[in-house]
Amino acid sequence: MKSLKNHLSLVIALLSILFSLQTFIIVDRSIDAYKANLINNYSIVVVSQKKLKNETIKRSHNLISEIIPLTPDNVIQRLEIDMSKKNVELLKLSLPKFYKIKLKNYPSPKEINDLTKSLLKTATIIKVESFAKSHDTTYKLLLLFKTVIFVFACSMVIVTILLISKELKIWQFKHHERMNIMSMFGAPTWLRSAVLFRLSIVDALVASFLAFFLFSYLDSTKWIGEQFKNIGIEVVFFDKITDFGLMLIVAISLSILLASFIVIGHKEEV
Amino acid sequence: MDKVIVAENLSLSYSKDETIINKVNFSIDSGSFVFITGASGSGKSTLLKSIYGALKPTNGSLVVAGVELKGVTKAKLNLLRKHTGIVFQDYKLVKEWTIEKNIMLPLIINGYDKSVTQHQVDSLLKHVRLKHQAGKYPKELSGGEQQRVAMARALAHNPVLILADEPTGNLDEYSSQLIWNLLEGANNQLKATVIVVTHHIPESMSIDYKHFNIEFGSIHEVT
Repeated sequence: MKSLKNHLSLVIALLSILFSLQTFIIVDRSIDAYKANLINNYSIVVVSQKKLKNETIKRSHNLISEIIPLTPDNVIQRLEIDMSKKNVELLKLSLPKFYKIKLKNYPSPKEINDLTKSLLKTATIIKVESFAKSHDTTYKLLLLFKTVIFVFACSMVIVTILLISKELKIWQFKHHERMNIMSMFGAPTWLRSAVLFRLSIVDALVASFLAFFLFSYLDSTKWIGEQFKNIGIEVVFFDKITDFGLMLIVAISLSILLASFIVIGHKEEV
Repeated sequence: MDKVIVAENLSLSYSKDETIINKVNFSIDSGSFVFITGASGSGKSTLLKSIYGALKPTNGSLVVAGVELKGVTKAKLNLLRKHTGIVFQDYKLVKEWTIEKNIMLPLIINGYDKSVTQHQVDSLLKHVRLKHQAGKYPKELSGGEQQRVAMARALAHNPVLILADEPTGNLDEYSSQLIWNLLEGANNQLKATVIVVTHHIPESMSIDYKHFNIEFGSIHEVT
């Protein structure tokens, strides 16, 4: 019963680390998906005195994915009622050219600033409208959300590591006597600590599989999918291969680290 | 005759302030049976600990089976211990292992084959009259029975050197006699060197033995 309690403590500690890790991954994916969504509705408007060459503009900054010319026809149609055809033609010739610039990904405020500067270096461009204010607000909100989740995950990991270090002391005490006896009969370090490594790897596997079942269950519930749909994104909540693989690596590495600390900390009794 | 232990100007201490064994010289022949006696706190167990490398010499030299223990590497010490059988006064059995597995320990460490291991353990369990207790755990056994298990473990891998620290300290007559018989047998039949730290040398000893006494940090042979 006592042994089961010791195992459970490590399994729960590892499980909470895996839970924090996967939560952070989901939030990160959601933010990326949301950014991809935002980029479809975001563009920069450029005003130029002369017609711009598509390739030249694309070369000016690697964030630019597409340049779409904006026709002033809609505005001119409204003016045609009060103006003669000749004047309308003259107006068309004298009007600057408008372009909508689509970007490859959702830019940071710094990237927008750099992009604006690069575009303004082109002699014919007289105005760049990046809608920076509304962009900044959205971007900062996303950043804040990501930071909050990161801090939350980190604090959970710190608390769990503190719990594990306490667990480490219990394990150290528990395995010390056996390791000492084995040492008296000439057992090499690997043999003395084999039981310890085996137990900690088993605990890591148990914690990983529990996390696997937990996230697989959550993934299968409709509620989670609906929440993402409500904000207009589609997110891989739990990838049964890559996410589970990462969980296994993290849990096994942590438990091996824990066992190694015990082995290193073991001193032969005199 | 070959010397299995050679100590020259050997000093042992647990701290800088107190020397337990002070510049002693002695040697033990290979295949001999040796008793080390002395008053409580005289340094008998300390000397035994230094022989199996749990306590390094403070000064001087201690060579066991050709291995200089001052500054010995862990690998060399492990090799020496693999050929040594130790019986502790407090048995030092692994609580979470069965009697059978406890006896198997030196055989596992020495990489014996499974079938050889099982055969050897069965034979030893018979010798120490504990065949019926094989699957039990140490806490389920009496002190005498636990010491017999410790004895079987020490003999399991046919060691060349057997060290016993007050092996019959708190045992009843029956268990004590069984332990002495096993130690005599190991010395007689296996030609192992046996070193026993004890307060009293049993009168029933049927083989030749040497007797060293430790007093005030010095060791001398009692003839």
